[in-house]
Amino acid sequence: MIEAIGLTKRYGRTVAVDDLSFTVQPGRVTGFLGPNGAGKSTTMRMILGLDRPTAGRVLIDGKPYTELSRPLRTVGALLDAKWVHPNRSARAHLRWLAKSNGLPNNRVDAVLEAVGLTGVAGKNAGGFSLGMSQRLGIAAALLGDPKVLLFDEPVNGLDPEGILWIRTFMQNLAAEGRTVLVSSHLLSEMALTASELVVIGKGKLITQSTTQEFIDRSTGNSVLVRSPQLFKLGPLLVDKGFTVRDGADGSFSVSGATSDQIGDIAAANGVVLHELSPQRGSLEEAFMQLTGDAVEYHAEIGK
Amino acid sequence: MTLLAVERIKLFSTRSPYWCSALAIVMGIGLTAIFAAATDGPVPLGLTQIGSSQLAIAVVLVMAAIAVTTEYRFNTIRSTFLAVPNRTSALVAKTVVVAFIAGLLGEIIAFGSWGVAKVISPSSDLAINTSAEWRHVAGVGLVYAIGAVIAVAIGILVRQTAGAVAILLVWQMLAESLIGIIPKAGVKIQAWLPFINANHFLSMGSDSPEMGGTGVDFKLSEWGSLGYFAGVAVALLVVALVVAKRRDA
Repeated sequence: MIEAIGLTKRYGRTVAVDDLSFTVQPGRVTGFLGPNGAGKSTTMRMILGLDRPTAGRVLIDGKPYTELSRPLRTVGALLDAKWVHPNRSARAHLRWLAKSNGLPNNRVDAVLEAVGLTGVAGKNAGGFSLGMSQRLGIAAALLGDPKVLLFDEPVNGLDPEGILWIRTFMQNLAAEGRTVLVSSHLLSEMALTASELVVIGKGKLITQSTTQEFIDRSTGNSVLVRSPQLFKLGPLLVDKGFTVRDGADGSFSVSGATSDQIGDIAAANGVVLHELSPQRGSLEEAFMQLTGDAVEYHAEIGK
Repeated sequence: MTLLAVERIKLFSTRSPYWCSALAIVMGIGLTAIFAAATDGPVPLGLTQIGSSQLAIAVVLVMAAIAVTTEYRFNTIRSTFLAVPNRTSALVAKTVVVAFIAGLLGEIIAFGSWGVAKVISPSSDLAINTSAEWRHVAGVGLVYAIGAVIAVAIGILVRQTAGAVAILLVWQMLAESLIGIIPKAGVKIQAWLPFINANHFLSMGSDSPEMGGTGVDFKLSEWGSLGYFAGVAVALLVVALVVAKRRDA
């Protein structure tokens, strides 16, 4: 389990992470979602003891990372696949990591096998494609067979096959009961990978919920209603506590109600309906709506 | 011990230490060979270590600095700190491994130079008898090892290869000897400059005038100078370790 408590990071006057608290539970993939520059990577570096928090703390199974005696046995992390010496072979890279945490050399072969790099283990890591580098980074993360895994934007720049491979891999890791935290700025990707979401914007926590809840809530579940008797239906819906907005061409947009509820109300009161259709916003729209105010670098679109 | 093995694997799984070592050996011993071949008559012992103490040392300093700066350049320092969150022990282990290799290289180059002079000029009296003569030849390894500590410390502080190498080369090869040009005060300052003191440790007084440092009014004995050199190295390393511990990786 990962537990962040009031985590804050300031660079001079810029606040990168602002009083962030969340927990990551074992047994499922937790998505760490936010626009670029929201503070995801900074938070991950603080979780791993690379950056020192200005305030607050973050615990892994109750301990700060820097107090773990052989950390690779507890936590595996892939923050950047390019953190390798280009003239060092993949095997040598894993070998020194294994040695540093007292892991046997057969773990090196095992993780190379697991990510499918056995054939190129003797090649220099500098010559690897992005997909291969990513696999090497995952191999390094798995080296100590850790209970907790962190991945920072693992699918960035990968082809569809690589994306699918990583997605399945992470879900399998979680199914084995491990704690998996994956950051991304793409909600669509997270919707497919993660069952739990921690959403941040401008360094602040926006929400933590299950992915389904997040999608349902943020897409708003509005229902479009067209009827020649809107004047009659409108007040009835308002009485029930639903929000009714005027739409185009004599239509209503009702939020907070399902189409079933509206249909029942209409029938009970003898209101004729010409259209009753649930509207689902796209995930991207929902995400934009939630984080819109919290984007660090704005560019006006189409103005 | 584990961390020493880790740093050894890291160092020897890339090519640059091999190249730097080869270059240092060729330059150090090669310069002595040229001197010995060009000298008419007997070659004095004081001439055999010019290559090792004035030229090859620069290559070894560069190698030591690169051992750290490439870690920063390729961000493997972050992987290191992830695997070993105790940054001080990780960096001390690296310093020990690099200093040990530098020391070993120093001995190889020093005795190699001595040997090549003996081969080229068999008639010269190159016997190593007195303690000053032993210091002159075998001391090179000590100077390399301590110099490597300074280079690693600079590497940790500066974090980039070009900067660290520039600082080390200008400092070791130029700055300290140029300060001697300052009228009156120059030689007094030089008595407290680390690399000048390292040379003082290696020098045999008037028997090795090419080593430089002539006219400097040293306040320390030869071994005192080495101790001072080592003290500067340790102080720099401590500063570097404190900085590395405090700053974000």
